[in-house]
Amino acid sequence: MAKRILTADDSASVRQMVSFTIKNAGYEVVEAVDGKDALSKLNGNPVHMVITDLNMPNLDGIGLVKSIRANPAYKFIPIILLTTESQESKKIEGKAAGATGWIVKPFKPEQLIAVIKKVLG
Amino acid sequence: MTESYSDVFKEEAREKLLELEDALLELEANPEDAEQIGCVFRVMHTIKGSGAMFGFDDIAAFTHEIETVYDKVRDGIIPVSNELIDLTLKAKDQIKFMLDKSPKGEDPQKPILEKTISAFKKLASGDGTTTTPPILNPSSMWASPPTIQKLPSDSDVTYRIRLKPATDIFMTGTNPLLLLDELRSLGECKIIAQTDAIPSLEDINPESCYTCWDIILTTDKGINVIKDVFIFVEDECDIRIDVIDAGISTEPEEDYKKLGAILTERGDITEQNLNKALNEKKYIGEILVEKGLVTHDKVESALMEQKHVRKIKEKAQAKEEGISSIRVPVEKLDVLVNLVGELVTVQARLTQTASRLCNAEFASIAEEVERLTAELRDNTLNIRMLPIGTTFGRFKRLVRDLSQELGKEIDLMTDGAETELDKTVIEKLNDPLVHLIRNSIDHGIESPDVRIASGKPRAGTIKLSALHSGAHVIIEIKDDGKGLDRDAILAKAVDKGLAPPGVELTDKEVFGFIFQPGFSTAKEVTNVSGRGVGMDVVKRGIEALRGSIEIQSEKDKGTTVTVKLPLTLAIVEGLLVEMGDDHFVIPLYLVEECVELTREDILNAHGRDIAYIRGEMVPYVRLRKEFDINGNAPSIEQIVVTGINGDRVGFVVDKVIGEYQTVIKNLGGLYKDVEGISGATVLGDGTVALIVDAPQLIKNLEVAQMS
Repeated sequence: MAKRILTADDSASVRQMVSFTIKNAGYEVVEAVDGKDALSKLNGNPVHMVITDLNMPNLDGIGLVKSIRANPAYKFIPIILLTTESQESKKIEGKAAGATGWIVKPFKPEQLIAVIKKVLG
Repeated sequence: MTESYSDVFKEEAREKLLELEDALLELEANPEDAEQIGCVFRVMHTIKGSGAMFGFDDIAAFTHEIETVYDKVRDGIIPVSNELIDLTLKAKDQIKFMLDKSPKGEDPQKPILEKTISAFKKLASGDGTTTTPPILNPSSMWASPPTIQKLPSDSDVTYRIRLKPATDIFMTGTNPLLLLDELRSLGECKIIAQTDAIPSLEDINPESCYTCWDIILTTDKGINVIKDVFIFVEDECDIRIDVIDAGISTEPEEDYKKLGAILTERGDITEQNLNKALNEKKYIGEILVEKGLVTHDKVESALMEQKHVRKIKEKAQAKEEGISSIRVPVEKLDVLVNLVGELVTVQARLTQTASRLCNAEFASIAEEVERLTAELRDNTLNIRMLPIGTTFGRFKRLVRDLSQELGKEIDLMTDGAETELDKTVIEKLNDPLVHLIRNSIDHGIESPDVRIASGKPRAGTIKLSALHSGAHVIIEIKDDGKGLDRDAILAKAVDKGLAPPGVELTDKEVFGFIFQPGFSTAKEVTNVSGRGVGMDVVKRGIEALRGSIEIQSEKDKGTTVTVKLPLTLAIVEGLLVEMGDDHFVIPLYLVEECVELTREDILNAHGRDIAYIRGEMVPYVRLRKEFDINGNAPSIEQIVVTGINGDRVGFVVDKVIGEYQTVIKNLGGLYKDVEGISGATVLGDGTVALIVDAPQLIKNLEVAQMS
């Protein structure tokens, strides 16, 4: 069965690019427009990995990571943060919240796939 | 691809800018509104992030400045002023302008742009603290810093890596094993787990990581690539990377470091303790462990390093001397395979005797022999393995010549040429494959004008692929031609009396008719095929290799022939069964399950040889009857259910003994025509067991029923 990845980003273009890239690599994709939407879409469904933006309305990336880690079902799934280079402190905050890694925007599709392979296998 | 994305981006950015304008106007009326400040920041952030990703670097660079300012506004360092809002509104118009012009075009407004940027920069630094100018480097995470020198690519360097993850590493969703896999992909790699930190069972927290790893890696990729592997975990893991063998300078005669030296270098033991231990004449590792100076794992790990580096050096040396392979006559290998076969038989006897004698010491020797024999067997058989690609190469010529002769255009695609098969299997496979490909070319692929008329590309495609599946190799010949004509085959079958008229048959059953001797629907005989000598020969050839063949076809879409073959002919995994005093072996690859057959079941079937297994009817064959075995069957018999050509058929035996690995012996000239038995094997106690040729038995019964 294909592994399922949830991607949360409030930017439609980034979401489209991310999910196009992941689908091409043979994964299933669930899209969410912000952290709150992501949580409702997780809601016990089998998801093997989360890729989330940092700045989103309603619930931001850090908040999303914390909420996901609080759910026993997703305690150990890999979570990747999409950050921009100016957010060094956010990387540390993200790690502390339980994020697995990060990828710096802008990135190329093959970089995204490399990171997914790295944390998801 | 980028084109459609940039459209989505532009549209989105325009929406965001409207949102921005609203927020700015709100903010003007109410400068303390944190929500609106956050909104402005997010808009800038989104435009910057996606802009850079879709090639709008100028927009990204521009919005970066604004974002920096609003980050400070958000943190309360810079107050919201009319000047700021004014400037941001201007910037908004500027971004809109940048969006509308073509991304590569000349920018007449460049001076304005620069002025706005410097104004924002002034604001950003206006709080007193200096901000370092941001560098927009899209690949900062990826590119290796130029300061580290690149080692020559042809030199392998051996590294010692010690990875000690934090105990709570799982909490961040990190799987350390994936890191190890990534290291393995970099080069020749040996990994030893250090388990001495694992607490006793009652103290273990299953969500913690107690293991650390010693890794010896030889790679030409350079240290930065190794560091990149750990990029996400470098803060929470204790990682030490040392170069232990640079590969260039060391003399070949010089032996690698002694175990003690490695342990001291790693800081696992002090030199003093080492010297004390050295005075006793024993293996240094044993002494150190005995004295409790280092743990067993640590010594193991150091020994592995020694072995690894020695091996790498040997390899390098061998490369220099140019020895990579030797040629050996096939006969020698055949003798070797035969001898290994004998050994497997003897080993089975040894294991059986050991289990009877109940002697623990003897049993452990027998186990060791079993392990070694299995390894020896696999290695020996492996020597005879050849990639199937050599055969594939020959077919290219065949396809080219034949298609020219028939005026067709055909592309041959091959896949999995590196798949390995026993040499003898490959040799015997050639004829059946040639036949199947000829069929595809002659009957399958249509002539170019017919293809174009039916909306297909002018040139037909035949795809030949091979892949491993367990102990089997699956070879597929797939064409995109006209497919099998189901109705014509059925009509012919009825005509020949193979099928009763007016009976509904499945596709599989219909296509199965083409494997009957003398079956051809071709209206005229061509040079290539159509004489009706064909598929039955192919099928027999494949079955002689203990393989199976299957056809799938869709009208006008194409035909796929799937051939399934065992990896090797010499040894078969079988199911050993018993009837009366005799033993038989049923090839395990055919067996699907074993179920009981009671007297009651037989009564309920009202004289028909049919069993109901989980609601499904399974016909069965009584082997006692087939092989004329005297005596009475036990009250509870066993049915071995096999899957042959997609049908489930049971074989009734007295008792199933279990899985058994056997070396196949031919029956010899006198018995070569015996049907239903494909060979014999010698059991552990020296008696002979016959190997049941299940497909042949079923075929015979089918023929008997037809007549």
